[in-house]
Amino acid sequence: MENRSFLEVQSVSKSFRGLKAISEVAFRMAEKEILGLIGPNGAGKTTLFNLITGFLQPDEGRINFLGQNIVGLAPHGICKLGITRTFQIVKPFSHLSTLENVAVGCYNRTAAVEEVEEKAWEILRFVGLENKALQPASSLTTPDRKRLEMARALGTRPRLLLLDEVMAGLNPKEQGDIVALVHRIREAGTAILVIEHHMRVIMGVSDRIVVINHGVCIADGEPRRVCEDPGVIEAYLGKGAFACLGSTT
Amino acid sequence: MAEPRGHLKRKLGLSTWIAVVCVLAALHALPWVFPSILHIMIMIFLFSLMGQGWNVLGGYAGQFSFGHSLFFGVGAYVSSLLFVRLGLTPWIGIFVSCGAGILLGLFVGFLSFRYGLKGPFFALIMLAFAEIFHMTATGWSAVGGALGVLIPLKGNAPGLMQFLRKEPFYFLTLWMMVGSLYLVWRLESTRLGLYFLATREDHDAAEALGVNTFRAQMAAMAISAGLTSIGGTIYAQYLLYIDPDSTFGVVNSVEIMLRPIIGGPGTILGPLLGSVVLTPLSEITRLAFQSYSGVYLMIYGLILVAVIMFLPDGLIGFARRVVKKFQKGAA
Repeated sequence: MENRSFLEVQSVSKSFRGLKAISEVAFRMAEKEILGLIGPNGAGKTTLFNLITGFLQPDEGRINFLGQNIVGLAPHGICKLGITRTFQIVKPFSHLSTLENVAVGCYNRTAAVEEVEEKAWEILRFVGLENKALQPASSLTTPDRKRLEMARALGTRPRLLLLDEVMAGLNPKEQGDIVALVHRIREAGTAILVIEHHMRVIMGVSDRIVVINHGVCIADGEPRRVCEDPGVIEAYLGKGAFACLGSTT
Repeated sequence: MAEPRGHLKRKLGLSTWIAVVCVLAALHALPWVFPSILHIMIMIFLFSLMGQGWNVLGGYAGQFSFGHSLFFGVGAYVSSLLFVRLGLTPWIGIFVSCGAGILLGLFVGFLSFRYGLKGPFFALIMLAFAEIFHMTATGWSAVGGALGVLIPLKGNAPGLMQFLRKEPFYFLTLWMMVGSLYLVWRLESTRLGLYFLATREDHDAAEALGVNTFRAQMAAMAISAGLTSIGGTIYAQYLLYIDPDSTFGVVNSVEIMLRPIIGGPGTILGPLLGSVVLTPLSEITRLAFQSYSGVYLMIYGLILVAVIMFLPDGLIGFARRVVKKFQKGAA
């Protein structure tokens, strides 16, 4: 095993007033990996995202990114290091144009206006929003808002991108578009950690899956193996799920 | 699609430049054409300058201050006391005032933004600080107490920012106001300007995209405090008399914030437009209801309620909506 791992979450715990939301969760991620994070509602998936991106501080444990402990850094500092996220409930800068939204992300790496504008257009073309660049973000449809979330995050040039349910509320075709986008992002060299409830989608897109339940990591492995795990079936998938999903993986 | 460039960097077309030059030329000729309205024009420019200060923090960075009289008062008091006690010319005093305002702003900002205070809480902190200074200035005889500071008139002394005629003040305030417009216009094209907007729109999303929201708010506070303090100094030199009520008083906070709110918060021209509408109204109502002091404040209150209910994004936002409707109707 390489001694300088990409992302390493080391027995991280977080309680809210005595209620353990995350309990000694540990996993690793490799460079350019797509890791799926699944679990029932309230399992602590989003809390884990908040811990990794600095919106919450863990009570215990370390989170190493490229050999550096990032616990205690502010979200903007973690973004500078190369980790950024999208939000489950999209948070567009409503009064700004789509282009300006993406530009905010692009300014993470440079202060030169011309360079930022060029980069922002490039990303808008990449996600397919270039025709809506000059509209206010408030005028975008739900699927476009999800794209915008991803476009803004890509603007910061992340090495690790955390996607929090970017496919929720989309129809199968729109989901397919986003999956294709996720693959293209990875091809460009970015590792991705995905929270998703659509099992078909996440089975198809992930290299590896981590399952958490009640704040505890209950499985970690290849999609097919995780799917067969009795603990996972009991806690999350339900009996017979594998038969259903097996055909698609 | 070949997209046109220059959507992030603000650029003015040729026709706009010509219009700007024409308006400026007309304003320079005004003292000879309508000498009687010079006082109102000076007040329009002065409050537009200070309103622009409020606008940077309230309109762009989204932190509504209910106590900008704090900076107005500091600007007025610092330069005046330096002049009266030490004989320092206000031309230097204005820089000291500006610096003092910025330091004070950063102090209040540090206390507030460090702990993520926003909305009504931040507004109240600003109000509280303005009142602390109001009370201190009233009770402390070393700074003039309740009687305030009378700035001795040295005749026509340009070196001391004192003029017997109104024209020099007219040009001074005009160019200060134009300078503030230029500053904000340039700011809109920079990273910092966009970071202000991002922080206003969504704090968490901005942080996730690498925006140091604390630093952005502190920067907005510094620019805002500096501009408003400069206005305070000029005000003191123009009237040659300041007292705690007319500087640190809540009334001035309202006067300063109402202009950008009416004109259009977060727009370059909002404070100027608001000032053009409100300043004559304020002067007229003050004259008309001289024997009932405070009536003009009731009128302000009514205007504020009406604007917030019917024009939430100010006159400029209203104008934009009308233009858009018109364009749609034509298409």
